[in-house]
Amino acid sequence: MAVYERIYKRYLGASTPRWSRFLILPRYTLRDVFSSKPLLGFYVICFVCPALFATGIYLSHNVAFLEIFSGFPQEMLKIDGKEFRLFMGFQALGAYLLALFVGPGLVSRDLANNGLPLYLSRPMSRWEYVLGKISVLALLLSPMTWVSGWLLYALQGNLAGGGWLMENLEIAVGIFIGSWVWILTVSLLSLALSAWVKWRAVATFLMLMIFVGGIFFGALSESLFGVAWVKMIDLRLSMGTLWDHLLGLQPDSGIPLTAAWLAILGTSALSLFLLNRKIRAYEVVS
Amino acid sequence: MLPVIELDSLWVRFGRVAALRGLKGSFKGRAIGLLGPNGAGKTTLIHTLLGFHRPSEGGGRLLGHDIRSQKAEVRSLVGYMPERDSFIAGMSAVRFIRMMAEVSGVPPAQALERAHEALYYVGLGEARYRPLESYSLGMKQLAKLAQALVHGPRVLFLDEPTNGLDPPARERMIRLIREIRDTDEVNILLSSHLLRDVEECCEEVLILKDGQIAQYCNLEEERRANRKFLELEVKGDQEGFLGGVRGLGCECAVGAKRRIKVILPPEVAVRELFGVAASHQVQIRHLDYKKDSLQDIFLKAMERGEGEQANGGL
Repeated sequence: MAVYERIYKRYLGASTPRWSRFLILPRYTLRDVFSSKPLLGFYVICFVCPALFATGIYLSHNVAFLEIFSGFPQEMLKIDGKEFRLFMGFQALGAYLLALFVGPGLVSRDLANNGLPLYLSRPMSRWEYVLGKISVLALLLSPMTWVSGWLLYALQGNLAGGGWLMENLEIAVGIFIGSWVWILTVSLLSLALSAWVKWRAVATFLMLMIFVGGIFFGALSESLFGVAWVKMIDLRLSMGTLWDHLLGLQPDSGIPLTAAWLAILGTSALSLFLLNRKIRAYEVVS
Repeated sequence: MLPVIELDSLWVRFGRVAALRGLKGSFKGRAIGLLGPNGAGKTTLIHTLLGFHRPSEGGGRLLGHDIRSQKAEVRSLVGYMPERDSFIAGMSAVRFIRMMAEVSGVPPAQALERAHEALYYVGLGEARYRPLESYSLGMKQLAKLAQALVHGPRVLFLDEPTNGLDPPARERMIRLIREIRDTDEVNILLSSHLLRDVEECCEEVLILKDGQIAQYCNLEEERRANRKFLELEVKGDQEGFLGGVRGLGCECAVGAKRRIKVILPPEVAVRELFGVAASHQVQIRHLDYKKDSLQDIFLKAMERGEGEQANGGL
């Protein structure tokens, strides 16, 4: 089909491997995301916190600094699971806000303009499509969560020496699992809401309401029923409980680990159910 | 030759509603027109072949690939132009077409090259960097055709390709479809409710009615088979001529503008009419076979009785 010939010719060249095709979606979408200056600016800001923590870790091992602040309680200068838990809390907020800006537009844009049949009439399944869209958020949120966390862990291990890395392996595993659970939960939720309402602004609002409403109704339910586990509807607290367990800390939310897992898995399962219903080339009303 | 589409008692039900009822047949045509009134099952058939709907019973094959178990293989052979407006907002045409080519498996560099070529081919070369949402309806239709062609499919599914087009845009679309058909590189399945589109582009026609095959035929053969009517204009003793023709065992009727319609029995040759004309000193000024138009074929198919299903396949 050369331009000068203007005739139709079949493509007979090599094809890309089937498994890699879902990655086309994040490649195109991330280019759009980074072409937005406000989003790029916010993304850069998200790395300020890891930089501050890195500085803190460095200073906690710096002899000159320690001599100057020798009066400080040793507990404050010690780097352990609590510091990494604090780091994860900050980064999770940044990841949530980024998912709030980017996630709802990922699917609604395709649904609003009937773009799905175009993808799904090609060798791409519905789940490969969803995987491609989740990859956008996973690739965006990973560097600011578990990758930064691991770099801080490696820095601390390097500076502490003496087998600190191996003694605190639980922290590395906790950062990885905890971050991925958060990334997948917010990604699935934002995609599901986006697919459900097909309108970016409304999906963004709903996603905000799920978290804000969770905080409000969690506190209200606890005061009404007098039991702590009902706060599990506050996803922020449930996730915090999970992270505490993963990092070997004592959770102070009062939510049992099982209830926390239930809230997180329930949200993800509901999101998957919605995606399964809505991500179709055509909806059939029978 | 490998059939393009094979249907094996294909049933598709949505709840209690049967959209396709036991379609059966083998279709080999280079350009097959899919005709039928609204709700006949044209789009459902295309969607089922693409794997959007799961067959409730039976199955089918596209170029030998099973539509149930080899969805990815089937889809890699097909270029699909949907009926409705379909695009990705916020993208230029060339970027959109390139992405669609990549999703079909064309490597990025070749995908970019083919995206430019496809857009030039359909006549959108000058507008290829414009955002898709700024395109007119006709341009969007052409962009949909370009995305269906970009990866060089073996089968092209065109669902109402001339929907909403003004006459010049329609002419352009029809010309493109015929050009693509005549390359012999691709088989076309064109679904339309516009008989003229199918008549101009397709050699064969599959008519659906209430989810069943009402007729599958080669248009040219069907027309040849139905050469029963002759239309004549004569000068001279028309009544005498009519009597003579009736004497041969023909049925005659005089229509508008005194044109005579004659149904020839199989044993009567056309030249015998000239003999009758000579004996009555009548000049035959005009003689033409009246061919069945697609409309006639379509209407006959629609008149078939309920539950009577034609077998597909030539």
